[in-house]
This record gives sequence, C-alpha cells and structure tokens, in this order.
Amino acid sequence: MDALDLARLQFAVTTVYHFFFVPLSLGLSILVALMHTAYARTGNEVYMKMTKFWGKLFIINFAMGVVTGIVMEFQFGMNWSEYARFMGDIFGAPLAIEALVAFFIESTFLGVWIFGWGKLPKGLHAASMWLVAFGTNISALWILIANSFMQQPVGYKLAEYTLPNGEVATRVVMDDFLAIVTNPNIFVQYPHVLAGGMTTAAFFVLGVSAYHLLKKGGENRNVFRRSFQLGAIYGAVGVFLVIVGGHDQAQHMVDSQPMKMAAAEALWDSEDSASLSLFTVGDEKDRDDVFAIRLPSLLSILAYNSSEAEVRGINNLQAEYEATYGPGDYVPPVAISYWSFRIMVGAGFLMLGILLVTLYLNFEGSLEQHQRFLKVLMVAIPLPYIANSAGWMLAEVGRQPWMVFGLQRVEDAVSPNVAASAVWFSLITFTLLYGGLMAADIYLLRKYATSDDIEVLPIPQSPARPVPQAAYSGD
Amino acid sequence: MELELTSVWFSLIAVLFMGFFLLEGFDYGVGILLPWLAKTDTERRQIINTIGPHWDGNEVWAITAGGAMFAAFPHWYATMFSGFYIALVLMLLALILRGVAFEFRSKDKNPKWRLFWDWAIFFGSFIPAILWGVAIANLVKGVPIDGRMNYSGDFFDLLSPYTLIGGLVTLSIFTLHGALFLNMKTDGAVMERSQQAAQRVWLPTVVIVLVFVGLSYVDTDLFDQLGVNPGISALGAAVALLAAGALIYKRQTLWAFVMTSLTIIFTVITVFRGLYPRVMVSSIDPDFSLTIHNASSSEYTLKIMTVIALTLVPIVLLYQGWTYWVFRHRITTKSHLEY
Repeated sequence: MDALDLARLQFAVTTVYHFFFVPLSLGLSILVALMHTAYARTGNEVYMKMTKFWGKLFIINFAMGVVTGIVMEFQFGMNWSEYARFMGDIFGAPLAIEALVAFFIESTFLGVWIFGWGKLPKGLHAASMWLVAFGTNISALWILIANSFMQQPVGYKLAEYTLPNGEVATRVVMDDFLAIVTNPNIFVQYPHVLAGGMTTAAFFVLGVSAYHLLKKGGENRNVFRRSFQLGAIYGAVGVFLVIVGGHDQAQHMVDSQPMKMAAAEALWDSEDSASLSLFTVGDEKDRDDVFAIRLPSLLSILAYNSSEAEVRGINNLQAEYEATYGPGDYVPPVAISYWSFRIMVGAGFLMLGILLVTLYLNFEGSLEQHQRFLKVLMVAIPLPYIANSAGWMLAEVGRQPWMVFGLQRVEDAVSPNVAASAVWFSLITFTLLYGGLMAADIYLLRKYATSDDIEVLPIPQSPARPVPQAAYSGD
Repeated sequence: MELELTSVWFSLIAVLFMGFFLLEGFDYGVGILLPWLAKTDTERRQIINTIGPHWDGNEVWAITAGGAMFAAFPHWYATMFSGFYIALVLMLLALILRGVAFEFRSKDKNPKWRLFWDWAIFFGSFIPAILWGVAIANLVKGVPIDGRMNYSGDFFDLLSPYTLIGGLVTLSIFTLHGALFLNMKTDGAVMERSQQAAQRVWLPTVVIVLVFVGLSYVDTDLFDQLGVNPGISALGAAVALLAAGALIYKRQTLWAFVMTSLTIIFTVITVFRGLYPRVMVSSIDPDFSLTIHNASSSEYTLKIMTVIALTLVPIVLLYQGWTYWVFRHRITTKSHLEY
C-alpha cells in the first residue's frame, strides 16, 4: 500500500473509533443533566443515585472521546497537508471555534462537575452538567459545519496564491461566513447526528437497566426502573427523529450529491419511477445487477415524494461529471455505500420496533415479567453503534473520489512529503493503542454498568458556600 | 493606523501557547513528579487530585492553539504537522494514554492496574514536556523547508544538541513549576517532598536555560532579531527564574510560583518576538521561511476569527479562573478523592 491508501485507512480507523464514543457522550450528557436537575429540584436520593451511576459511565466514555478527538485535529495536518493548505481558510475556522466555544466549556465544566460534589450548591452543580451537555452537543455542530462544506461547498471562492518558489497555486477562501455556517447540509445532518446520540444513549441506558431489572432483588431497583422509563421515552423521541431526519437528509442528498445516493441504491442507470432495491448483488466493474429484488417506484417516492420522478443513475452521473470535471472515475465504491446504507437503515427500523415494544410493555406495566425481552434489550446495545458507524461510512465513502465535493480529490489532498513508512508507523501505533484502550474501556464500563453498589456521598444538608481559606499561601 | 490582522493572530497564538504552557506546564510537572514524590497509593491519589479538575481544561489551550494555527495560518499548520510527523505520533500517544489514565486509574483497585496508569501519567507528561521544547527550538533554529513549503527532512533532522537542550528546558521548567504547584496544593509529606523537589530542580533548570540561551546565540538568529540587548522579555524571564530560586528557599511558594509563571510567559514572548514575522524558519533558504504573510488565511477569515476569538477568550479566562477559585483548597490524604 502506498502512503495515500495508508492515510485513508488510518483516517477510517481513527474516525470510526472516535465516533464510537462520541454519540454516547452527546446523548448521555443530556440525560445525566436531566437526572441531576431532578435531584437538585426534589432532593430525592433515587435521582442522586441515577446521576452518580450514569455519570460515572459517562465520564469513562467521555475520556475516550476526548483523547481520540485530539488525533482527529492533528491528522488533517499530518496526513492531509495539501488539504489543509487548500481548505485551511475555510476549514480551520470552525475547528478553532469548536475549541473556543465547545471544548473549553465541556472540559472545564466536566472537571467542575466531577469534583464538585459537596463543594457546589446543588443547582450550580447541576448547571455545570448542562454546560457539559451544551459544550458536547455544540462541538458536534461546529465539526459538522466543517464536514458540510466537504459535502456541499458554499460561501467560498477560489483564489490564487504564490508559493515561496514562485509557483502559483489555488485554494478556496471564505467568501461568506454566514453561508458557510448555514450550509443547507447542516440542517439535515446535525439533527440526524444529535438524534443518533439520543438513540445511542437510550439503548445504553435501557440495556444496562434491563440487566439490573433481571437480577433478583437489589436495593437499587428503583434507580433502574426510573432510568428505564427515562431511557424509553428519550429513545422513542430519538429514534423517531433519527428516522425522520435521515429521510430528510437522503432527500437532500439526491440533490446535492446524487452520485452518493445512486451508489447507496446501486442504481446503475437513471430511471423514471425508480424502483427501490431491497437486496442487490451487483457487479461493480460492469456496473450491472447480478441479482436484485426491487420494489417498483418506491425510490422515486422516497427521493422526490412522487412515483413518476426520475432518479439519476451511476452511469448517467459519471458521464455528466466527466463533462464537468474532466476524465476520471467519479463512482464511489458501490458495494460499501450500498451495504452501509442498508445496515444503517435496517438497524434504525429494528431499533424503532424494539422501542415501540419497550414503550408498550413499560406503560402497560408488565415489563419485568417479560424477561426474554429484557435480555433482547441487553443484546441491542450495539445496534446504534452499528448504525452510527455505517452512517459515517456512507457519508464519507459515498463522497469518493472527492475530498471536497467538486473541488478537491482525495489523491490531491494527501501530504506529499510523508513517507509510507511514517504512515505505517502511526497506523500500527494507533491501532495497537486503540485496541488496548478499547479492552480497558469495555472492562471498566462493564464493571460499573453491572455493579449496583452506587456510591453515595455524605452530602451536607445545605451544601453551603465553601469557607474561604488562604489555601494558596505558601507557608 | 491599520492594525495588521496577521500580526494580531501571531500574537493571539502566542497568547494561547502562553496559557497552555502556564497551565498545562504544572500539570506535566505534577505528572512527572508523581512516581517520585508519592510513597503510598493515597499519596499518589493526593497528587493526581490536585490537577484533577483542571488538566482537561488546561489541555484545551493546546487544542485551541492548533485550531488557531489551522484557521489563521493554514500553511504553518500544514507544514509543521506533516513535517514533525513522527514526533507528533509520539506526542499523541503520550497525550492519549495520559488523558485516559487520569480517568481510569482509580476506578479499579488492582495494584497492577494502578501501577500501569501511574506510569502512563508519568510518560504521558514527560514525553510531551520534552517534545514541546524540541518543537519550539526547531521553529527557531530552522528546519529544511523547500520552496513549496514542505518539510523535506526526517524525524532525526529534528534532533540536534540545540533542540534536545530545548527539550530539557521545557522539561525542567515544567517540573519546577509543577513542584511549586504541588507544594501549594498539598499538605503533609507530599508537601514537604515537593519543597525538596523544587529546591533540587531549580539549579539544574538555571544551568540548562543558560546553556540554551548561549547556544541560541550560536545556532539561531533569535537574539540577532532582538538586537544585542535581548530586550525586556528575555531579561524578565531571567530575573523571574532567579527570583523563583530565592523565593523557593524562603518557602514563599505562592510567589515562587508566580515567578515560574512569569518565566514561562516571558520565554514565550521572547521566542515569538525572535521569530516574528516568521512562523517557521527554513534552513534551506531564508526566502522559503514561512511568515505571517505567506502562510496566512485571507483577510476576511482573519477578520471574522478576530471578532470571535476576542469575544470568547476573555470568557474562557473568566470561567477557568473561577474553577481555580472553587477548587482552591489543599488536597489532603483525608480529602474525598475522585481520581
């Protein structure tokens, strides 16, 4: 493999790994903040235990998200320096803003929250968790603003600049900041990601609570019963939004990145009244179906709300792009796009089904008698993770060969001066490190998720203001 | 008079690095001293908990500095991050292990588990403390940057006596800074040992800094840029470091800490003033050096980012300052320890 392929592989590994932790942080931060608020308002010990229990799992998960995020920020410069030069004027700004508005808030107030027990008034302490939730969720907004430009460039112009050796090069520069932060793609992508976070957190809470409800006795049964109810409602809202938002995003994609949609549907040629593939085995080289089950007209309906509409196919788009961008292969890997789309959507509807049953049993009151269903919920914890990863695979792989749609190809974005051996070194280092950390992370999550020995601090009745002391004097 | 935005951003990035070294400097120092100043598990926890609420927020100063370089000087970011590739992999390895170690370490009682993460905290602090110095020394000394702004050397080109001593400078200053922080934030045996550590580290720090300054006259144009009189910032750094020594022996820890803080601030100012208007010096051809002009973003982007940064940085300073007030008490072996 050459440096380019290695750099791509490394990006895939580090991104999927990073996004393994992020959605749970997004969704769980809000849940813990809600629990803490309930405790602050009522003083009920059940809420305090909920806050403590889920808060600890949140912290363990959050740490992994933070440290793997640093790699992402460095990587654009390390492996993709030509991208950084070409796009820096536009891409750097949201990253810097993300650090200024989001990273500072979430990291500072998570410290306040973890160490604030007994030191802060209850209300202020709960507010610090809300700030963590705000920081975490707003960080997703800024990184998606950056990603949206790659999917759908807006508010830019091309500008020439002179290199020190006199050569002239081209880059994109910002023309309209407001257009970039209100990229139409944001409005479909951001809600989808947030709802994905909610769903991930809900399935985590449901699965872990189910484990505890299955155990006989246990002094903290109430804690998990109430967590379960909260998770069920939160998840129902999340999965509903994720499906509606996903549909919006797909309709947007048909317009902004028709090739991605064509690949995701394995639609080789444009069709009026296009059929939806349920299962396709295709031949990527000849761009033809080997075997396919298709539902008539459904794709046109999904894409354009009309059974007659034409959906453009891979071959037609390839011809169009050749006319616009010159000769080249503009077809993304069809099998990966197609299957990651199906895995994501399939997992989504499976989760919807599970949540409907969950809600029904929960409010009918027979949940704890349905032990087999509780076991299903435990096994279902990975479902949102699968959907999240598949979703990003589609978003990024489906954009190939473009790094920035229509503006820069991936092969032109790679660092020209980084040898394959260096990328091998980092790829192996990160893979080994990430493997080891995953083991440690799962060990800890399992340990705390299965323990119902919830630490309760002897919290003073009125956690008064800390008594001022000259702690910093050097005596 | 029109203020050049590129200069504003050069200064802002200097400020971000100042904030980072000032804050994360003592975090690194605490991590480096951890295996040597604690004899028992409780003492180790006491030490780690002094920076518990702060280390993550402190680290964000570096993340922000990186983001600011990307936004304001994309070529600086691109050249440095692709050029210092292997060094950055090591840095990331260290930062990842260290960050996870803080959260994971005390969540299991197994002594081997804790021992592993304690060493992760040590190496995770020790390696970056050196690498930052090596990196800055390389910016000043110059590295092979070609006419297309690409670094054309390899990892070993980054290592020279000068840059390695640069690494020792940051290592020793951060260790001293961390010892003083621990002295303010602990009590009992750990406090006593941190006092001894500060006394032991101070003199070597002065010697290393002197050697580095001497070599800077030979190996770099840092002081040519500043003139024969190195100026108020370099003198300030020297005076502050010397004063820190006197104050350490008088056990005026708070003031000694203020002095090491000033040493860090003045050193960053000296380095950035010496670099200006360059951001990376090319050892191939002075014309190939990256400057605030040929490496910068467009005027429009800089304008937008200036408004945003000047609004947000003061707010960050306010709430981060507040956290130091909330957690101002000494950590004792009897405190409730989260980490």
